[in-house]
Amino acid sequence: MSVSGNGRRVAVIGGCRTPFCKAGTVLKDLTAVALARHATNELVHRYELDGGVVDEMYFGQVVPSLLAPNLAREVSLLPQFPRTIPAASVNRACASANTAIVLGHDQIRLGNADVVIAGGAESLSDIPLLHSRRMSEMLVGLSKARSLGERLKLLAGFRLRDLTPVAPAIAEPSTGESMGQSAEKMAKMNGITREAQDEVALASHQRAHAGTADGRLTAEIVPIFPPGGGAPVTSDNGIRADTSLEQMARLKPVFDRKYGTVTAANSSPLTDGASAVLLMHDAKARALGYEPIVYVRSYAVAAVDPGWQLLMGPAIAVPKALERAGLTLKDMGLIEMHEAFAAQVLSNIQAFESKQWAEERLGRSEPIGEVNRDILNVMGGSIAIGHPFGATGGRLTITLANEMRRRGVQFGLISVCAQGGMGFAMVLELAA
Amino acid sequence: MSIFTTEIADGIARVVLDLPGEPVNKISRAVRDELDQLLTRLQGDSTVRAVILASGKPDTFIAGADIDEFTALTSRDQARELVQTGQALINRLGAIGKPVVAAIHGACLGGGLEAVLACAYRIATDDPKTKIGFPEVQLGIIPAAGGCQRLPRLIGARAALDIILQAKTLPAARAFRAGIVDELVHPAILDRVARDAAKRLADGWRPTRKRAGIAAFLLDNNALGRAVVFRTARKTVAKKTGGNYPAPVAAIRAIEHGLKHGLRAGLDMEAALFADLAVSEVSRELVGIFFASTALKKDPGVAGEAPPAHEVSRLGIVGAGFMGAGIGGTAVAHAHVDVRFRDADLPHVGNGLRAAQKILDDRRKRRRITKYEHQRLSALLTGGVDWAGFGRADLVVEAVFEDLDVKRDVFRQLEAHTRPETILASNTSTIPIGKIGEALERPERVLGMHFFSPVEKMPLLEVIVTERTAPWATVSAVAFGKRMGKTVVVVRDRPGFWVNRILAPYLGEAGRLVTEGVKIETIDAAMKHWGFPVGPIALMDEVGLDVGVKASKVLHDAFGDRFEPVGGLSKMVAEGRLGRKSGRGFYRYAGGKKQGVDESVYKIFGAPAESAKPIGDATTRLIFAMLNEAARALDEGVVRSARDGDIAAVFGIGFPPFRGGPLRLLDAIGAAEAVATLEQLTRDVGPRFTPAPVLVQMAKDNRRFHTST
Repeated sequence: MSVSGNGRRVAVIGGCRTPFCKAGTVLKDLTAVALARHATNELVHRYELDGGVVDEMYFGQVVPSLLAPNLAREVSLLPQFPRTIPAASVNRACASANTAIVLGHDQIRLGNADVVIAGGAESLSDIPLLHSRRMSEMLVGLSKARSLGERLKLLAGFRLRDLTPVAPAIAEPSTGESMGQSAEKMAKMNGITREAQDEVALASHQRAHAGTADGRLTAEIVPIFPPGGGAPVTSDNGIRADTSLEQMARLKPVFDRKYGTVTAANSSPLTDGASAVLLMHDAKARALGYEPIVYVRSYAVAAVDPGWQLLMGPAIAVPKALERAGLTLKDMGLIEMHEAFAAQVLSNIQAFESKQWAEERLGRSEPIGEVNRDILNVMGGSIAIGHPFGATGGRLTITLANEMRRRGVQFGLISVCAQGGMGFAMVLELAA
Repeated sequence: MSIFTTEIADGIARVVLDLPGEPVNKISRAVRDELDQLLTRLQGDSTVRAVILASGKPDTFIAGADIDEFTALTSRDQARELVQTGQALINRLGAIGKPVVAAIHGACLGGGLEAVLACAYRIATDDPKTKIGFPEVQLGIIPAAGGCQRLPRLIGARAALDIILQAKTLPAARAFRAGIVDELVHPAILDRVARDAAKRLADGWRPTRKRAGIAAFLLDNNALGRAVVFRTARKTVAKKTGGNYPAPVAAIRAIEHGLKHGLRAGLDMEAALFADLAVSEVSRELVGIFFASTALKKDPGVAGEAPPAHEVSRLGIVGAGFMGAGIGGTAVAHAHVDVRFRDADLPHVGNGLRAAQKILDDRRKRRRITKYEHQRLSALLTGGVDWAGFGRADLVVEAVFEDLDVKRDVFRQLEAHTRPETILASNTSTIPIGKIGEALERPERVLGMHFFSPVEKMPLLEVIVTERTAPWATVSAVAFGKRMGKTVVVVRDRPGFWVNRILAPYLGEAGRLVTEGVKIETIDAAMKHWGFPVGPIALMDEVGLDVGVKASKVLHDAFGDRFEPVGGLSKMVAEGRLGRKSGRGFYRYAGGKKQGVDESVYKIFGAPAESAKPIGDATTRLIFAMLNEAARALDEGVVRSARDGDIAAVFGIGFPPFRGGPLRLLDAIGAAEAVATLEQLTRDVGPRFTPAPVLVQMAKDNRRFHTST
């Protein structure tokens, strides 16, 4: 039973998501807002929700548009809802949707809300390009200039190179190190081989393909009708049924061409997509006639020094969440671990199983526990399915909850690494 | 004095019109008399430097002249006198020696617009309720209290013709852009801005109005250019009205005469032309239609005490084909409801969503909705292949293939997937609603909603009720149809309902004329000349010959020989010549455009090689086929009243409005005369023209369908 001050339990009623599609492909004409609105709209219809019962919304997004910086509010302004639902957007990098879910969870737990929609969205086909610093200064100066003379003076300082746009990088602002470089570094420091990484990637594709073929994955996907026409999109388009270790072995490492092991095949791709999850206070759900799938048992966040091993946050967050749940890794019947890079997955697992990690980082004598690969990412992970930064947390929650119900598993774990050296973990408990 | 209240402050008199006991302000005799005295007082009051004219009604400024006064007119002289009184009063608004400012919020139409045009300055609110225009031509008359004079003087002849001839009502923003009002303000500051303007005008300020562009210089501001404008307008009107509607022609004449010979002469011309029109049959019928459709808007759809309508805010649509998409798109565009489509597979759902979306896109293109409304409304369109969302629906419209078993299956599933109080409607045009719903547990919530294609354009909706349909369901479907912008008639569940029932004999007769060897062009031209917007043969091509044949089979099964299908039509369908949609019907089509008649049709119909004259008169045969069936159907209670039957014919088939509708036309002809004509046709052409028993009885009793004239 959930450990809680006032005994209010937070139920996951259900969720859905758009197909996750590689950036620049079939979803490229849809903004993140449009994707999030579509997923939420379908959530309303699938769960036959009366928009008026929703108290709040939280959505994650990592690279917001300058035109709609609060994505969540655009979603809560869908015509299926009254216009009076407050909404906030959050950014905890790859754990943004998880954080949105947690914010909703907390409001329900505190008694401030009974029904919350939380999720996330990202369109990496639609990233904002910025003017260079010099160009922006000149444009701002021009708009303030009072005389022709002032304007001419500003224009005289113009250089052609000022026109070069600045694209947001997937790099740590504090270290300048890109995600891939960090993963590469982790692979080397933890002795993770190229073969081991490719095996993780292969499993991801094979399991995602099986989950798509047998309909478990597609059940949570809402079809998208591309605005320009074309066939409806009903499944994730990065999953490769036909890939093999031999094929993957042919790829060149991206971040260290000479000694590297991280390739395009064993990393998650840039992806467009959105997810939405319906959370309710247990009693409210029953009053409205909804059957909870799982309850949130506990969660935790943590951070490490981003200049060290950037993606090791989960190895701190997971034991914290387990401790708060009063459970151990052994109690978990299913684990959904975000796969930013196979190198990160293997590094995290190594730490989970390491006595040294437990002693040095957690101040414990025993390791967190063995990771049973059979219950890890049973329908594949971000490497195959794709990773729209802001949305992935919603996918992990929905997939885990549904699969826990299918298998009758009592406890499930979510583990997510995030930019900035952060980690997120959540323990779900099957509703009786 | 109780109609106007006047407050005087700072030398500004604020005159508020608030007609007691009426929902809207209209210019009646009492209003005219009181305003006349009021103006005299204000003219003589030296403390008053300027006047503001405002309304005390929340949603209207002045909705127009009192139509009851106008319909009571019995002679030209009375009509002329009425309009001259109005002219004199409105002239005074600009001639009391003090500026009058119009502060307009709400509808400002007809006589209301004529009054403000005589004011020195016009300020309108940017509220959606504020609408400005001249609807007169729709009623077969013209703006005759100076409207045909002052509007062209203010905004140019071309723009004025555009508004007056098309009976346009503009939103405030467009009236501002057109130059009809001088300022556009938020309602909260209307009064303040009006006071400021009144003070400035009193101090001698004169507004400078925008100089028009080159086109206006060439076309509006010189006699030669104007001659071109009027010639073009006359041509357009002649083409559009086929010479059946005299009002637009009169409006052109009044405007032209005034611009040539001055305001005084123009006003006299307006009055003279108005007097002719006001007592004409055309205007009488048009006013009749106006009253009937206004009454229908207030009609809940059931007799006696109507139960409250269930509010429809979520609509489910089964079948995302052409009709389903049209219904969904129109529902979103006008009623702003949540629409959920269901179809067998996702590509069909996607096509339906796109087709429905196009209705919103078109409204955006025509600036009927803003970018933001467009975005918001677009999110109301969703769909899938399962029943997700149907449990939320308040109303479901089924628009699947016309097959009883398919429809029954859909309704069985709907019963399982909807709440018990959800209204279940079929959009069938041929299948009895009672049969679709008979096996259901709750047939009382089943009815028909027969939309016409294309849904977003066709103004009529037939709500089909069975013996078992509950009044609450009827009332709710009628109310929702109105929210979709439709004129709704309640029709009994009889084969063909109303529109197709009376249309089928008419189209069948057209087919028989073709079989006899009458030229297709001749038939279509005759009916267009008579006043239909399209001829019967072209109409069959538009509707689809397969649809027509299917409908006539149903009617033949139900009513026998007089609905005997025309052999040529079935042969055309067998050859896949279905009309416009298949690119080939009676006419040929290329690139979506109608070309000439396909001469091979005559052979299919077994027509003689040489074109022949019809037996009897083609027009009489076509029209009486429809009139006779209308009389029968009304007698069977297919529609609830002659009013409903006429309105449905006008809005559903394009029956010429100036003829009032089939039943009004029968009244005008007289039952005895109609029976005589039908008997003649029976002898000359065939027994299908046997007069409806009700007509024979009415001829004996000297009765009419409509009680009032």
